[in-house]
Amino acid sequence: MADSKQLYQEVILDHNRKPRNWGVLSDATHRAEGHNPLCGDHLTLTLRLRGDAVDTVNFQGESCAICKASASMMTVAVKGKSKDDTERLVQEFRDLATGKLDAAGPHHLGRLTVFAGVRDLPTRVKCAILPWHTLHAALNEQTSTTTEAEADPMHAPVGNA
Amino acid sequence: MNPSRTELKQIPTDGLDVERVRADFPILRLKVGGKPLVYLDNAASSQMPQAVLDRWVRYQTTQHSNIHRAVHYLSETATAEYEAARRKLAAFIHAKEEREVVFTTGTTDAINLVAHGYGRKFIGAGDEIVLTTLEHHSNIVPWQMVAEETGARIRVVPVNDRGELVFEEYLKLLGPRTRLVGVGHVSNALGTINPVREMIAAAHERGIPVLVDGAQAAPHMQLDMQALDCDFYAFSGHKMFGPTGIGVLYGKAAWLEKMQPYKGGGDMILSVTFEKTVYNVIPGKFEAGTPPIAAAIALGAAADYIAGIGIERIHAHETDLLDYATDRVNRLPGVRIVGTAEKKAAVLSFVVEGVHPHDVGTLLNENGIAVRTGHHCAQPVMQRFGIPATSRASFAFYNTHAEVDALVAGIRNVQKTFG
Repeated sequence: MADSKQLYQEVILDHNRKPRNWGVLSDATHRAEGHNPLCGDHLTLTLRLRGDAVDTVNFQGESCAICKASASMMTVAVKGKSKDDTERLVQEFRDLATGKLDAAGPHHLGRLTVFAGVRDLPTRVKCAILPWHTLHAALNEQTSTTTEAEADPMHAPVGNA
Repeated sequence: MNPSRTELKQIPTDGLDVERVRADFPILRLKVGGKPLVYLDNAASSQMPQAVLDRWVRYQTTQHSNIHRAVHYLSETATAEYEAARRKLAAFIHAKEEREVVFTTGTTDAINLVAHGYGRKFIGAGDEIVLTTLEHHSNIVPWQMVAEETGARIRVVPVNDRGELVFEEYLKLLGPRTRLVGVGHVSNALGTINPVREMIAAAHERGIPVLVDGAQAAPHMQLDMQALDCDFYAFSGHKMFGPTGIGVLYGKAAWLEKMQPYKGGGDMILSVTFEKTVYNVIPGKFEAGTPPIAAAIALGAAADYIAGIGIERIHAHETDLLDYATDRVNRLPGVRIVGTAEKKAAVLSFVVEGVHPHDVGTLLNENGIAVRTGHHCAQPVMQRFGIPATSRASFAFYNTHAEVDALVAGIRNVQKTFG
């Protein structure tokens, strides 16, 4: 039985209430739309690369608390990171949410491990991963992504395209 | 004054003994995360009573073989039981004839059967199919596929702010090119009971056949094909306390005979040569291949079970539950009920201000409460009300006032967490 109490921790509730980096960048170099057709979660992600580094990421959309908090914490976590480090973090977060990464082992996720609880809630894994999928899509010049079909985190790896 | 007639009309006069019927459902004794299961997702799928489970096991352990095939004992027994189930279902819905009951795998399959058998044969370019905003995707998409292939057009009956169909607009949509009306008896997302009888009468005045999606009506109300006079009626076993994988398409014999087969295969033929195949008579024509025999027989047992309790008694209890739940949820500040039709089945769709339905669902689950969250396969309804999703509590006759109280406490808990 999943203990979702563990999932709805204060840090997640706080990011849901006061999402960081909310909005759309007017001078974005990359942009992607993320969509979860199962629950209607939708977000627009804009980011600005400076050289090889993520200068800043913004997001805006309509989603559940898990998705919004995940997006908010993601924008904070990847700020200033190189493209490669960002992609590594995408992969680590994906592995965390799908139960493939042990939060006690080595990783670069920091506080993002508060999302470890979604692994016990298969229907919510996609909520947590959607922003990361969208970030991955933006970095790889895709304009949109979904949590379904080949992009389904429960079935296929995202990979570093 | 004729006392015996009065008595007949009032049956049953006593209320439903909820604790007694709950004892019939083993799954209701389940604990979820240490809390007693509060199952309020009956519109998605209902639970099976022991009598239905037993019937399945008895069939599988003492009666099973393929039907309509061999001359041996088991095949004859299985065939007889399968056809007996058809008879039960025909009686359950007041069909004129047993051959008007086609076993399908469910409501979706039944609607697709009509879309293919009737739609692809009788609907052409420029023709119109009238559907409603309240339809489940399964009564939209098959018709969109037909429309795309044939060049027909889909017209949609609007709903008002309470979630009721606008009857005058419906009448305006019925025209010389209308070839079919497809309407849900009860909205799965909002619970609205549509005025299908009046809609059917209006369509028939213009010679238009009507398909009713009865998936949400079957567990709640009397299904009377003679009173409704619909041309097609589709429903599922698993929403009326039977198993998954079985459903029924009722069709007037005259239509079923005119329609083309849906699936080809064994059992739907009278004779096959490579030069010419002669199709079986109805309903066999539409039942290609080995059907879900055990599921059909168990569905027959479910119909018996419902009849044994009495649909009027079920209706009275559920109406009471819905009224109680509506009142309690209405008193919660920051909670809005979506779908406030005057005539409703026991479905309560709601949104909690500032909290996404998926978060509501996950937190309710923590208290053992099962509700459905999302768009309920009815995205046009969500668009109409300008919301991405709702939380939906849907009741069956085995639900109690205490479970409504648990739901209300659960919603309060959600608000506290997000407060």
